[in-house]
Amino acid sequence: MTRPLLLKGGRVIDPSRGLDQTADILIQDGKIAAVGVGLGPPDDAEVRDVKGLVVSPGLVDLHVHLREPGNEDEETVATGARAAAAGGFTAICAMPNTDPVTDNQAAVGFIVRQSLRAGFARVHPIGAISVGQKGERLAEFGEMVGAGAVAVSDDGKPVVSGHLMRTALEYARTFEIPVADHCEEPTLAAGGAMHEGLVATRLGLKGMPAAAEEIMVARDILLAELTGGHVHLCHMSTRGSVELIRRAKERGIQVTAEVTPHHFTLTDHACEGYETHAKMNPPLREAADVAALRAAVKSGALDCIASDHAPHAYDEKDAAFDDAPFGIVGLETAFGIAYTELVQGGVLTLPELVARMSTHPARVFHLPGGTLAPGTPADVCVLDVTARWTVDPAAFHSKSHNTPFGGRQLTGRARLTLVGGKMVHEEAPAAR
Amino acid sequence: MTAALGKDLVGLEHLSPEQIRLILDTAEPFKEVSERPIKKVPALRGKTIVNLFFEASTRTRISFEFAEKRLSADTVNAAASGSSVAKGETLVDTARNLEAMRIDMVVIRHGSSGAAQFLGERIRSNVINAGDGKHEHPTQGLLDLLTIRDKRGKIEGLNVCLVGDVLHSRVARSNIWGLLKLGARVGVCGPHSLMPRGIEDLGVTVFRRIEEAIEWADVLNVLRLQLERMETGFIPSLREYFRVFGVTLERLERAPRELTIMHPGPMNRGVEIDSRVADGPHSVILDQVTNGVAVRMAVLYLLAGGKPELADAAKRGGGE
Repeated sequence: MTRPLLLKGGRVIDPSRGLDQTADILIQDGKIAAVGVGLGPPDDAEVRDVKGLVVSPGLVDLHVHLREPGNEDEETVATGARAAAAGGFTAICAMPNTDPVTDNQAAVGFIVRQSLRAGFARVHPIGAISVGQKGERLAEFGEMVGAGAVAVSDDGKPVVSGHLMRTALEYARTFEIPVADHCEEPTLAAGGAMHEGLVATRLGLKGMPAAAEEIMVARDILLAELTGGHVHLCHMSTRGSVELIRRAKERGIQVTAEVTPHHFTLTDHACEGYETHAKMNPPLREAADVAALRAAVKSGALDCIASDHAPHAYDEKDAAFDDAPFGIVGLETAFGIAYTELVQGGVLTLPELVARMSTHPARVFHLPGGTLAPGTPADVCVLDVTARWTVDPAAFHSKSHNTPFGGRQLTGRARLTLVGGKMVHEEAPAAR
Repeated sequence: MTAALGKDLVGLEHLSPEQIRLILDTAEPFKEVSERPIKKVPALRGKTIVNLFFEASTRTRISFEFAEKRLSADTVNAAASGSSVAKGETLVDTARNLEAMRIDMVVIRHGSSGAAQFLGERIRSNVINAGDGKHEHPTQGLLDLLTIRDKRGKIEGLNVCLVGDVLHSRVARSNIWGLLKLGARVGVCGPHSLMPRGIEDLGVTVFRRIEEAIEWADVLNVLRLQLERMETGFIPSLREYFRVFGVTLERLERAPRELTIMHPGPMNRGVEIDSRVADGPHSVILDQVTNGVAVRMAVLYLLAGGKPELADAAKRGGGE
């Protein structure tokens, strides 16, 4: 067993218990042993002075793509989990659009084993909704949950059939797992490369209208109401979606939703010059959407921030805009962007941000973590919210470097990440 | 390289009015070269040019090739079918291979918007966009401007309406930028299912009906309606399209003033344009084709570093 660890004198923020005060945290046997002022460490304890730093529950990301199995040149479970640890994440949820698709208990078990072997952030698999993500018949939710799946999703693709979505929401109730949907009406979005608007018109690129997302958001909300199931809406990008969610929550429908750092930071103008690093699905929208997303993160209409970490090989993005794949990496920039844009930007307090990146996502997917309560596993992150740094994609732990944020000045980054009391990431204060 | 135009010509959106006028003015002396028995001047002697056509084209490719040959450049044509592109080579690899062969200029037509800019950013050679996806077709825009100027004596203050499938048209985008920069008023007219989002924010007037456009316009530039638009559900039928939006003689007869009729080709007679209009006295469709060679000579000459004031001398063999 590793030595006990005392994190001394940090600003301890634990939204699960409404805690925000200077305190010490004692970690012993992989668990939080005590949180308090002036804790006396056991004799063999390692004591770390974390004065001036923030101690929070480890960050939790409900939406990442790890590309294993199938595209290990772009990312593996191990490199993704390593990148997550560097970003302050102690738990990430891996989408099942791998090759082959993670749609059965053996495939789910493989992700779990790869994650344990890697030993960085915890990786919770998400199983597919439909066999092969083909949108035809349900995958075996029960067996996948038995093997470790925490949710189901056909992400990367929408669930086109209303009947299949309805059945998935009903069937998932037995196992108390959310059904996460990538909201995209496929006939409206077909062939689209970016947001439908003036920029797309000027660039001569086919757009995806906001309505393509909103139609499916509305459908999913209605089906959640019909079935009593829990629908989780992935990467919301439009002001219309936010409004639909707000009203659904008012009516008590079981709907949760996430937003990515890029959607609340960038607009479709980032695609100017055919910048393929700004090509993602859903696409970057307009300034009014960005404003609505920010307001909804504050109000709670959007429950949590997720990265939608989507690694792609460098040469895939070095292509004409139409030919480049969708998606960007995000695990190592998520906290810095969120802190810079939302906390420094005056939208959220730091405890509110920690809630949306740790406590809330853990609650949405019923995951352990998101708390510093004594007796819980010591998934902890030490954040330096004074650190100013410049995004250098070449320095990422992720195998892929596809980000539109290269060269951007950010404030805030993880200094220590502990999973089950074990140090999985340590960043020297002077670094970069 | 020349500061006059920059390294590449990817579109008219980012050119200044002065740069556009410079190209048109430079094209004037080159018009005469094509009228000579020996249609050749030495302005680009020793320059190597690749015409890289990833999409089928007859008129534009031949026009470029004549422009190049009449300037004495050495030219090579490459088409997508039967080339390494058909074998799955990426655009970036194509670019590197061209670079490795030390060519001076590349004329590229590609189905993806932004392909010309993509190539221009990756090779030292000058790149000329001969049409990229739905983005721009700058030399078409320029030859349309030159033709309007020839016919009407000016561009500024004219009402020019683009008719038809603006959504999918690179010709429309280049025309809009070029016309607005030179002071024309621009209208667009067609079914709303073929109008791009936010088009009015570019500073153009949207006409719902062709009759309104004809009443307003001095020039109608009738865009080609690609026949597959019907199959993909943007319009119900070509028959109805002609009935509602077709530029017919009957409609033109009600025009309150002289109208100039243009079409970038290839035409679908009886779909977007009535044959009697295309072949009629107001049509300048073949003048557009003639001007295409001169405009492309001007663009090639200027990008290769030719001095605008020497264009007249260049055609006599004394330039450079």
